[in-house]
Amino acid sequence: MSEIKESISKETVETAKSLETYKYGFTTDIESEKAEKGLTEDTVRAISKKKQEPAFMLEFRLAAFRHWLTMEEPEWPHLEYPPIDYQDITYYSAPKVQPKKESLDEVDPELLATFEKLGIPLSEQKRLSGVAVDAVFDSVSVATTFKKDLLKHGVIFCSFTEALQDYPELVEKYLGSVVPYTDNYFAALNAAVFSDGSFVYIPKDTTCPMELSTYFRINTEGSGQFERTLIVCEDNSYVSYLEGCTAPKFDTNQLHAAVVELVANENAEIKYSTVQNWFAGDPKTGKGGIYNFVTKRGKCAGKKSKISWTQVETGSAITWKYPSCILQGDESVGEFYSVALTNNLQQADTGTKMIHLGKNSKSTIVSKGISAGKSVNSYRGLVSIKKSAEGARNYTQCDSMLIGDQCSANTYPYVDVSNPTAQLEHEASTSKISEDQLFYCNQRGIGTEEAVGLIINGFCGDVFKELPGEFAEEATRLLGLKLENSVG
Amino acid sequence: MLTIQDLQASVNDTSILNGVNLQVNAGEVHAIMGPNGSGKSTLSKVVAGHPAFEVTGGDVLFEGKSLMDLDPNERALAGIFLAFQYPVEVPGVSNADFLRLAYNSKQVHNGQPEIDEDAFSDILKEKAKIVEMDESFINRAVNEGFSGGEKKRNEILQMAVLEPKLAILDETDSGLDIDALKIVSAGVNKLKSKDNAVVVITHYQRLLDYIKPDFVHVLAGGKIIKSGGRELALELEEKGYDWLLGDKAAVGAGSGGQ
Repeated sequence: MSEIKESISKETVETAKSLETYKYGFTTDIESEKAEKGLTEDTVRAISKKKQEPAFMLEFRLAAFRHWLTMEEPEWPHLEYPPIDYQDITYYSAPKVQPKKESLDEVDPELLATFEKLGIPLSEQKRLSGVAVDAVFDSVSVATTFKKDLLKHGVIFCSFTEALQDYPELVEKYLGSVVPYTDNYFAALNAAVFSDGSFVYIPKDTTCPMELSTYFRINTEGSGQFERTLIVCEDNSYVSYLEGCTAPKFDTNQLHAAVVELVANENAEIKYSTVQNWFAGDPKTGKGGIYNFVTKRGKCAGKKSKISWTQVETGSAITWKYPSCILQGDESVGEFYSVALTNNLQQADTGTKMIHLGKNSKSTIVSKGISAGKSVNSYRGLVSIKKSAEGARNYTQCDSMLIGDQCSANTYPYVDVSNPTAQLEHEASTSKISEDQLFYCNQRGIGTEEAVGLIINGFCGDVFKELPGEFAEEATRLLGLKLENSVG
Repeated sequence: MLTIQDLQASVNDTSILNGVNLQVNAGEVHAIMGPNGSGKSTLSKVVAGHPAFEVTGGDVLFEGKSLMDLDPNERALAGIFLAFQYPVEVPGVSNADFLRLAYNSKQVHNGQPEIDEDAFSDILKEKAKIVEMDESFINRAVNEGFSGGEKKRNEILQMAVLEPKLAILDETDSGLDIDALKIVSAGVNKLKSKDNAVVVITHYQRLLDYIKPDFVHVLAGGKIIKSGGRELALELEEKGYDWLLGDKAAVGAGSGGQ
């Protein structure tokens, strides 16, 4: 574990350091197999055909596409960006190293070199480090490790494309069951054109023997990135899933519209953690940053099931993301722990939805927003207690921290209660790093940058402690570096 | 050790210090007393380099070098410690983490190796005894939810850990009951040596029964108007300040606290 972690944290630290000259602003020269720009029904059919998908998949895509045509891009978020030309996007791009690899020796060396640059050591050392990495490179999974070991436990961890070939009945059963293609504009778009992603299946009575981890990377100029992740946890099972990202620098804004669906059956638990550090655009002009429109939702389908989202969002020019839980099972538990940091010209509109259906279902929301520079950071959350949710409880805590006087923080908490037995608590605060706090730290010999890191770390402590392993330390350093030169 | 020469300082264009002169040598304890708003707290903050105050004239030398171009943390690393009148809360950051970062900053500054959590925990436990602080405080967030007395004790704990050459105690006695006062004073006395110096800012002679000063100074209207030995504090206790102020009763320039 530690080896991978170490290199990742170095990588994220470097990434943060080089905000001005984004270190990963390289493109790999691997021959890409690109579709033409533009989106029509033919594009959708072409993607499906190229991937030799089963018929149900094409039907799903086409239905989604037709529905998408009837929808309009949402305008309600507190975000500003130029109109996206959906016909000016390449909807499919894959490295030409198509056939599956049995070992890393078969992988294009240049691709491996890219991973090296990213600090993802795709080598046999991973075995020792204990993390299975399903690296999604430019929309196609090129290497999956640990698969065999996991399979011995009955755990399936593979690319979405493989899952469609090898486990079509499982995919068909759960695909769209949490996020239907009708859900929202970006989810519909994703359903129509998604290229690849990850699939995880944990059978009954199984604790996944290791933390599963995927590193996303966006590549190929102008190519949209449409990932799809599906994680199913059967009765009495457990899995912890980690997602982390970097992306290269480009001048055209890059659209990213991922969908993540989680299903937790009876007494199952899914822990989903994200550290997101995508290119946020030029610090002065905002040019080139990633647009991140993500739909993440989990369904606590069974009794006493639990889904926990932990996210540390530090990148992207625009973040539009509301990891949510549908608490369908009685006594099910939903959690959302979030740190969203915006600096320079970044905009984030993020939060969660907790939909209570089951009796005595419980949810916890802890959101920490940090705004610096000229950024805009909004929390948007919905707690909905449906009629059936006897004895439901929610605790919400939304804290905002402002650094400097040109940024802003907004909080939009929506509450919708249809059962009188529900108990809801809401706490909110807005604070600033004060001159006196900094002086106090300085007076003890702590430099200003370190002091800011310390104060921010304290502010985010409730969220960081939910992160698995060394991710917390990594996140701490990442935030500190992201805020360099923001104070004083 | 500390030489203050004709120091003048203002905040928001209001002049508060109007030519302070003071010499503090190693091994000495100085007390600075004076009416509310005379500039006592300002003096301590200016020496420590608080950014809210502008030095408009004069100089402060520490071990022969001017502090004026040094940032607050550099002054701290040089060996100046200020026990705050109102210690600041740092929510979510444990005392242990805070102090270890401070300690290691000093280690790095002195070319010494940084020390890890376990080793530091041992140091901290040892130091906590000096101010009779319960170990549970070590893992609580810095000053968060502390009582007034606990905060002051915590300041002295920090002093014990950082072992400064010069400690300035800004009204460390305010808000302390008599037991806490004794503990805090005993802590300061334990840390006192011939190599370091202490400047105590206080309103009350009471503290000086426990921390015995070699020199007592009266600050009024942003200037030191009288200096003397320990007996001066007793005289002030008896007579108040009016007899010293006379016609120069130009008090009230300071911020009176913060």
